[in-house]
Amino acid sequence: MKLVTAVIKPFKLDEVRKALEAFGVNGMTVTEASGYGRQKGHTEVYRGAEYTVDLVPKVRLEVLVDDLDVDQVLGVVAEAARTGKIGDGKIWVTPAEAVIRVRTGETGPDAL
Amino acid sequence: MPELSAGDTAWVLTSAALVLLMTPGLAFFYGGMVRAKAVLNMLMMSFLALAIVPVIWVLWGYSLAFDGTNGGLIGGLGKFGLDGVGIDSMAAAPIPEFAFVAFQAVFAIITVALISGAVAERATFRGWAIFVPIWLTLVYLPVANWVWGGGWIFELGALDFAGGTVVHINAGAAGLALALVLGKRVGWPKQPMRPHNLPFVLLGAGLLWFGWFGFNAGSALGANGLASAAFVNTLVATAAAVLGWLLVDVVKQKHSTTLGAASGAIAGLVAITPACAFVSPIGAIVIGVVAGSVCALCVGLKYKYGYDDSLDVVAVHLVGGVIGTLMIGLLATEAFTGGPEGLFYGGGVDLLWRQAVAAAVVIVFSFVVAFALGKIIDRTVGFRVSEEEEVDGIDLGSHLETAYELTSTSAGPTRGVPVAHAAPVRVEADTTQGA
Repeated sequence: MKLVTAVIKPFKLDEVRKALEAFGVNGMTVTEASGYGRQKGHTEVYRGAEYTVDLVPKVRLEVLVDDLDVDQVLGVVAEAARTGKIGDGKIWVTPAEAVIRVRTGETGPDAL
Repeated sequence: MPELSAGDTAWVLTSAALVLLMTPGLAFFYGGMVRAKAVLNMLMMSFLALAIVPVIWVLWGYSLAFDGTNGGLIGGLGKFGLDGVGIDSMAAAPIPEFAFVAFQAVFAIITVALISGAVAERATFRGWAIFVPIWLTLVYLPVANWVWGGGWIFELGALDFAGGTVVHINAGAAGLALALVLGKRVGWPKQPMRPHNLPFVLLGAGLLWFGWFGFNAGSALGANGLASAAFVNTLVATAAAVLGWLLVDVVKQKHSTTLGAASGAIAGLVAITPACAFVSPIGAIVIGVVAGSVCALCVGLKYKYGYDDSLDVVAVHLVGGVIGTLMIGLLATEAFTGGPEGLFYGGGVDLLWRQAVAAAVVIVFSFVVAFALGKIIDRTVGFRVSEEEEVDGIDLGSHLETAYELTSTSAGPTRGVPVAHAAPVRVEADTTQGA
């Protein structure tokens, strides 16, 4: 199993969620996040005093997937999250060594 | 003795209530501009003014401000505890003296509360609690006597309809003094100190604008044409000032800002306060535009000169008050009061220099006394919170409270069992002992 983690633009969350549901992914974990990549934040002005806000609001989305599905899930998320503009985010994959469904005790792919 | 007018009395009592609402309005105007960890303290400084000032006003405040004048400098103590003020006693206008006492009391409250914007996020609450009654007694009461109580500024002929010198210049100069006594906030101006709730700021500005009709139109002390003129001037100067500030915003950073709109409204209200009965509505528009744009340009001064006037009491109240006070000397017309005319209306510089003297003396007097008082408080009971308390948040440090529970895990400083859920400790007498 693999853990697919995606940091995306918040307004893209709904599209990504729908695309993953259509693909057959049943669950996910979503966290509000903030960070920056190459786009370097934005500027806010209060009574003439400028503040550079380095950390941009993002959404962090985590999905556990079977090894066989990883490439397709990556494709689905990337496709749905893309605007083509700077700040679209990143997706990465890490190995998940064990998974257990708390309610039933099922493990491995059955627990997904 | 004038005969009581029910209409005038009703308007002045209503105005007093309107002006009272300005202080909670100011609390939200200021409260929205500080960081989330200091909003309660900001609100509380205004609320403490609401608590302290009326008590002093009844005891010796009203008497020292309005019981005649001794040498043009201070009133007497003949009305200590409102001695001699009964339901039959009348003010100079055809209203009960009690109505006048109430109307003037709410002015004193907000004047003191205005100062708190300069010391936001770092003044000890006990220091503030000591500053309020003493500054009120040593500065506000004499100045009110000079200007409105028949004192020397009144005799000089300088005009202040609703509080340009008494309220705004006075509070602005004291705010600057305290900002210098307390010093900069930790991290200022390097760290971001963004307003935590701009909707609060706009809500507060709206309440201030609403209450200000009582402030200015109520100062006619009657339900009459003069009050109506002051009302229209207050309306239009404020509107023009919002436009003036936004214009500066757009020119400087190509965007109009919410904080700019709210600040522009306050700058306009401040500037029209002394002038609202002495200028035409066109004059009021001029005052509004000048105040809005000049105050917008002045908010940058604190960065240039390095004093941390947290919420721009100087740029908005001191500068706005000076603009309004001086522009009376330019734009005063005899149309409403039959009073002296300003430079642009053929009155020469006669009124202008009197206005300038009044403004300058109040600035110096208020600044010097507030600075000395602030230093004394700082050296004795302490006027600046510890660095740890300031960084953690003055709300928690001074009041054992925080304004917002933003996440379910932020139940409070106590980790583990939340204090609220712990069983109350009960100590009962052990009746078995000694049996």
